[in-house]
Amino acid sequence: MSDHHHKETFVTKYIFSQDHKMISKQFLVTGMFMGIIAVLMSMLFRLQLAWPEKSFTIIEAFLGPHQTDGVMNPDMYLALVTIHGTIMVFFVLTAGLSGTFSNLLIPLQIGARDMASGFLNMISYWLFFLSSVTMVISLFVEAGPASAGWTIYPPLSALPQAIPGSGTGMTLWLVSMAIFIASSLIGALNYIVTVLNLRTKGMKMTRLPLTMWAFFITAIIGVVSFPVLLSAALLLIFDRSFGTSFYLSDIFISGEVLHYQGGSPVLFEHLFWFLGHPEVYIVLLPALGITSEIISTNSRKPIFGYRAMVMSIMAIAFLSTIVWGHHMFISGMNPFLGSVFTFTTLLIAIPSAVKAFNYVTTLWKGNLQLNPAMLFSIGLVSTFVTGGLTGLVLGDSALDIAIHDTYFVVAHFHLVMGVSAIFGMYAGIYHWFPKMYGRMMNKTLGYWHFWITIVCAYGVFWPMHFIGLAGLPRRYYSNTAFPMFDDLADINVVITIFALVGGIAQIIFLANFFISIYRGEKATQNPWRSNTLEWTTPVEHIHGNWPGKIPEVHRWAYDYSKKVDPNDDDSDYLHGQDFVLQTTPLLPGEEPS
Amino acid sequence: MLALFYIFIGVAIGVSFWQITRILNFRTVIADDADNAKQGKYAIYFMVFLYAMMIYCLIFMNVIMLPEAASVEGEHDDRLFNITFWLIGIVQFIMQFLIFYFTFKYRGNKERKAKFYADSHKLEAIWTITPAIVLVVLIGYGLWQWNNVMDLSDAEDPIVIEVYSQQFRWDARYAGEDKTLGLGNVNFIEGINTMGVDMSDKNSQDDIQVTELYLPKGRKIHFKFRSQDVLHSAYMPHFRAQMNCVPGMVTEFGFTPKYTTEEMRQQPEVVAKTKGINKVRSAKGEELYEFDYLLLCNKICGASHYNMQMKITVVEQDEYDEWISKQPTLASVLAK
Repeated sequence: MSDHHHKETFVTKYIFSQDHKMISKQFLVTGMFMGIIAVLMSMLFRLQLAWPEKSFTIIEAFLGPHQTDGVMNPDMYLALVTIHGTIMVFFVLTAGLSGTFSNLLIPLQIGARDMASGFLNMISYWLFFLSSVTMVISLFVEAGPASAGWTIYPPLSALPQAIPGSGTGMTLWLVSMAIFIASSLIGALNYIVTVLNLRTKGMKMTRLPLTMWAFFITAIIGVVSFPVLLSAALLLIFDRSFGTSFYLSDIFISGEVLHYQGGSPVLFEHLFWFLGHPEVYIVLLPALGITSEIISTNSRKPIFGYRAMVMSIMAIAFLSTIVWGHHMFISGMNPFLGSVFTFTTLLIAIPSAVKAFNYVTTLWKGNLQLNPAMLFSIGLVSTFVTGGLTGLVLGDSALDIAIHDTYFVVAHFHLVMGVSAIFGMYAGIYHWFPKMYGRMMNKTLGYWHFWITIVCAYGVFWPMHFIGLAGLPRRYYSNTAFPMFDDLADINVVITIFALVGGIAQIIFLANFFISIYRGEKATQNPWRSNTLEWTTPVEHIHGNWPGKIPEVHRWAYDYSKKVDPNDDDSDYLHGQDFVLQTTPLLPGEEPS
Repeated sequence: MLALFYIFIGVAIGVSFWQITRILNFRTVIADDADNAKQGKYAIYFMVFLYAMMIYCLIFMNVIMLPEAASVEGEHDDRLFNITFWLIGIVQFIMQFLIFYFTFKYRGNKERKAKFYADSHKLEAIWTITPAIVLVVLIGYGLWQWNNVMDLSDAEDPIVIEVYSQQFRWDARYAGEDKTLGLGNVNFIEGINTMGVDMSDKNSQDDIQVTELYLPKGRKIHFKFRSQDVLHSAYMPHFRAQMNCVPGMVTEFGFTPKYTTEEMRQQPEVVAKTKGINKVRSAKGEELYEFDYLLLCNKICGASHYNMQMKITVVEQDEYDEWISKQPTLASVLAK
């Protein structure tokens, strides 16, 4: 933890690195690799949904034994949606997003030389890597990967007789997730300890940038809820391999009665969603934190309602742990519980609304610098509102029974947590790329990337609400078995075209990312003229972040465009420029904001 | 042939990478005034696209949506849905406008100075309290309706039907004259006793097993759901009803059919939707579709999950009485 450099070999610098900046890059690149797999999968099953009986060379090439003459098999369709969901939720949006930016920003923004434990941090990454490898290997087992949906409800996930993917594929899925949970717990504990203990002088909790609040609270939710998923997975492993009956009871399959007695799948659903719902916020809150920071910086305005933003993060975090039952209104649990969960669920709309309104107010009368990162943040606010609002429909148990598990749900959660969180991740990458690689990304490609992506995101998910309202269930291999859905075929084609274009457009981003690492313009120290501490470190990475002493903090992170006369918007900037680093001491007579 | 295809793709990607690096100057990295002006304008173009799409879908996709609820309980569902939808629709239209209009209106330039505006307790109070009040209404109505749907205790003379699921088919069992279902368990599955009914139970004797549901209009139907293998979900979209079938337990749901299948076929909404469907079907040379109520599986259950359905026919009471009197009882079927 001192400034002197130890000699680093290639291995300690690039592979088993304990430096948080390198670890964050490792998380990012691994997450991106997994993301490419998941996007490709979604493109394959979208082909199937749009043109159910058509033969595709690409499907023949990718799916090998799991297709017949270029048409994928029903089991493989289910496997694709299962693994797409798993990878996106856990590997891309939990590890790829939170892992990348928590690691990069926590020490830099609170003024610490590194994470509390660099060693545990390294372990956290390598466990994540191991779990990614396991998940990828599971794609190649003979009977196919896990295919019981990303929610892996037993008995389907417990009985290989019920679906081939519940054999070796499911075992590997469970092993991979167990390792993943260990990784994310170690990471989260590290983040919490670091934020609590290693803040630099003057960095009070009330002066933390909103990114820090978001990552900190996210880590707490993770620590509270991930262990429950681990126990759910362990009990499932017991049921599968050791003949226990935690989740299984009274089953007759393949002509015989199984020995299981007294278990209940509903128990699994409770345990799963006790993580599963907070997981939504584990995915979303970091994206919202990143957005708060970027919108404020690029609006050249303080974030509106800093305290309200912190309070709503806390309120969302608290409520997120007591709403899991809204995934289970029709699971057969006591209807009274349904009432309770409807109540708590709809309450979440309040802090969410506060956040959305505060973002819009931050834009109001700003001096918006429309960098790609800013556009993605604005895009996030847009999709967060669109997706969040339909939550009012689904969170209401009386309405949920009519559209539960239809495409309405798919549209809702993709917009509110999928697209929004991905937008937050892209925003973060464009914004902190100079901090990660010392170079800048190309803005023209960034603009192309953004506009194509947002048009396609809406093109995919807005019409999807309506096919949901037509009663079309999700996870159907094909809709041709029901004449009542025949009139949805054209819409499915349109959705697929948007999905394909949107998916392929991500190549623009990949090109920009990888070319910029080597050929991008060299970054200046503070390219976005931002207030936070990470922009006081040198562009070239050094172990320990700051040469010499860690700077002291004197103010909050949002003194943008502070004027001489607070009541006159046109008066001169108090500090001669429209941003004030957190390390700048208060002027004589200056009111802290 | 396939190899050629891959080589082609590889070359195409390589060329586009090369072109991108050549054409684009990787020195343009931070938005300047010209960029802000341009992107601000694009925000407006995008807003126009978004509104056009939202409105187009709202108007022209009305016809594909489910018709009016076909159950008495579903009426309130529809009303609550409409209230919620109007509400979120209005908020959506206002918010999206503000987001993209502000992006355009306040696009940055060198002369502009941002307003230093960090806090307003009044504003924050407004947008905490307003949603809270609106939510009280929605939650109140929602909970009332939820109790309405889920409470089966006060139904007068309901018809008790067991819906039984397995990979990948539905069966059903009517309680018969004694209005009580006999016990069932997977251990009793044998031969044609596919639902595992305990025939030593005296209530089982007059039970009636069928593969299609017939329901009388205007009578409360009390459904009990069982599954013999994995989770299934009995989804009856037209009645706004859905309940999981869980191995090892019995789940329940109830509703009162409001329109017979025949009446439903005459409904303008259904007529319009059927016309749309038949346009597609006749273009493909398939036989024409006629509206029927359906029960669909809506919980992932395996390979043929996408084709696990049962027809439901709603008829007048006397027609129902005639139909049910013709069905053989379980005892007589099993005795053969």
